[in-house]
Amino acid sequence: MLKPSKTSVSLRRRLSNGLALSGITLATAIVVVPLILIMGTVAYHGISGLNWAFFTQMPKPPGETGGGMANALVGSGMILMIASAIGIPMGIGTGIFLAEYGRNAYGDVVRFTADVLNGVPSIVIGLTAWALVVVTQGHFSAFSGGIALGIMMIPTVSRTTEEVLLMVPQSVREAALGLGIPQWRTTLSVVVRTAMSGIVTGIMLAFARIAGETAPLMFTAFGNQFWSTSFREPVAAVPLQIYVYAISPFDEWHRLAWTGAFVLILLIAGAMILFRFATSRGIMRETT
Amino acid sequence: MPTPLKLKIGRQPEQTPEQASGQQSIKKLAVISRGVTSPREGRFADASFRGLVIASAVSLLVIVALILIQLLKQSAASRSSFGLKFLTTSIWNPVTDKFGAAPFIYGTIVSSFLGILIAVPLSLGTALFLTELCPPFLRRILGTTVELLAAIPSVIYGLWGLFVLAPVLRLYIEPSLQKSLGWTGLFSGPPLGVGMLAAGIILAIMVLPIVASVTREVILAVPRQQREAVLALGATRWEMLRMGVLRNARVGIVGAVILGLGRAIGETMAVTMVIGNSPQISKSLFAPGNTLASVVALEFSEAAGDMHLSSLIEVALVLFVITLIVNALARLLVWSVTRGQPSRTLA
Repeated sequence: MLKPSKTSVSLRRRLSNGLALSGITLATAIVVVPLILIMGTVAYHGISGLNWAFFTQMPKPPGETGGGMANALVGSGMILMIASAIGIPMGIGTGIFLAEYGRNAYGDVVRFTADVLNGVPSIVIGLTAWALVVVTQGHFSAFSGGIALGIMMIPTVSRTTEEVLLMVPQSVREAALGLGIPQWRTTLSVVVRTAMSGIVTGIMLAFARIAGETAPLMFTAFGNQFWSTSFREPVAAVPLQIYVYAISPFDEWHRLAWTGAFVLILLIAGAMILFRFATSRGIMRETT
Repeated sequence: MPTPLKLKIGRQPEQTPEQASGQQSIKKLAVISRGVTSPREGRFADASFRGLVIASAVSLLVIVALILIQLLKQSAASRSSFGLKFLTTSIWNPVTDKFGAAPFIYGTIVSSFLGILIAVPLSLGTALFLTELCPPFLRRILGTTVELLAAIPSVIYGLWGLFVLAPVLRLYIEPSLQKSLGWTGLFSGPPLGVGMLAAGIILAIMVLPIVASVTREVILAVPRQQREAVLALGATRWEMLRMGVLRNARVGIVGAVILGLGRAIGETMAVTMVIGNSPQISKSLFAPGNTLASVVALEFSEAAGDMHLSSLIEVALVLFVITLIVNALARLLVWSVTRGQPSRTLA
């Protein structure tokens, strides 16, 4: 770290230096506070409601105690499955394009579009999925929710894929091509395979991001009070259920909302830790 | 059968793990190369693979185009009957079928600017601390903490805002703000807890990580020599940060702030849960309001009629266009500093 010399600096300058540096440190401390507060509250309220019934039982009508989110957990699983089936191949495909064929103006256009799509509010993507799927099919469905979330996965997956593919040394590609291996095999069996763990972490990251999305599901998967495992029917989802329970007037439902939030955070933190673990093994370079 | 190949590549002075795994893959090449097809077949397969990859890249463009087309198509009824006055009318009445988006545009602007106002100094401080002052052992922990903040789902921020932040605001912060700053007119009316102020605070917490991490990237892109040069002239640490770092990174920092603004404008669930939901324009920050995103989330699934539905989609169209402009602007600014390097932001 760079350090300034300590000789003969005027009091005013020393004072402003001290003030500014402590301001910077204080700002960082203030940033950490809400995280601890939020995590603490969610854990405090969430753990008390955590039991087996939460995972195995259906929601109970208001007024009755107990009940769980079994249908929402299954629904979330179904939606995320469809989202992954759409988002992962398209994201990786786009990433390969960007890294292997897109070092030019076309690539820049795609790169910019991916960034734009990344910035589109999730609710707008939900509305698009509603207009494209729900309106044409005439009913809400798990399928339409999966499409909305799948679209949201593409930019994250493609940009991380591009990044890790670019880290594979050029000499590897040259060696493969020099052996007479066609380019597509070079890309798939050599370049992509070398960068695989980096790509997987990108997928985990995108997955963690969409797992908690609520807004795009409001008018696609819609939510469902009952057990449903059909992709063509509306299904419940954990984040959606948290929202519905949170704005309800019932204490029992609030309790379920906190537990749902706790479970959701655990799932996402798990994905993040995996991501960290993989990056710390040097597959993806640290920017620091 | 080809004989097993032994490849030697020059050893790099410092071998990174990915290079090591690259060498391993080269050893595997010998195996793969046994299945080499004839040149003609290879060319065909190459072309199809290339086509497939290009198709997925093009579909990205198609998706963005589809979003715009669908929003335009579904909002046609509203656009033809209200025209541009939709943006300036402040009546939102599903009973009489009169719709105008002005209260929501106002709510979006006020809540996101409030959020940015709180978030920018804090995230600038955090970015500077992480890059320049932080002891190395803390850097990783703090970095992960900030990233975790970005990974918490919006609905959980809303849950926390509704049950923890809003009561605290109602009981302690809003009454004291009213007493000390009530004369400004910004803090008048009954302290409800939920409202514009709560939305601003929640948004600040939510955009903090993105502004901080992009700012950090931009600061890291400032060459080390700049810092050394300023220090060599006898500057204190802060003068070095101000003149050597911040001045060089300012364009990128503005980009980071605008990027955060784009995030705040589009944020839906948390805002919907704490803003109080009322289509009114009020000077007081205590008053309930609604944003473009929150009104769509709240009313879309129980829209009263076709015109209501169409108007809500036009609201989403306005939101889409605003975020498009804001994000494009931000990206260009950030790219101009980091020179088009793909960003490693969690976003």
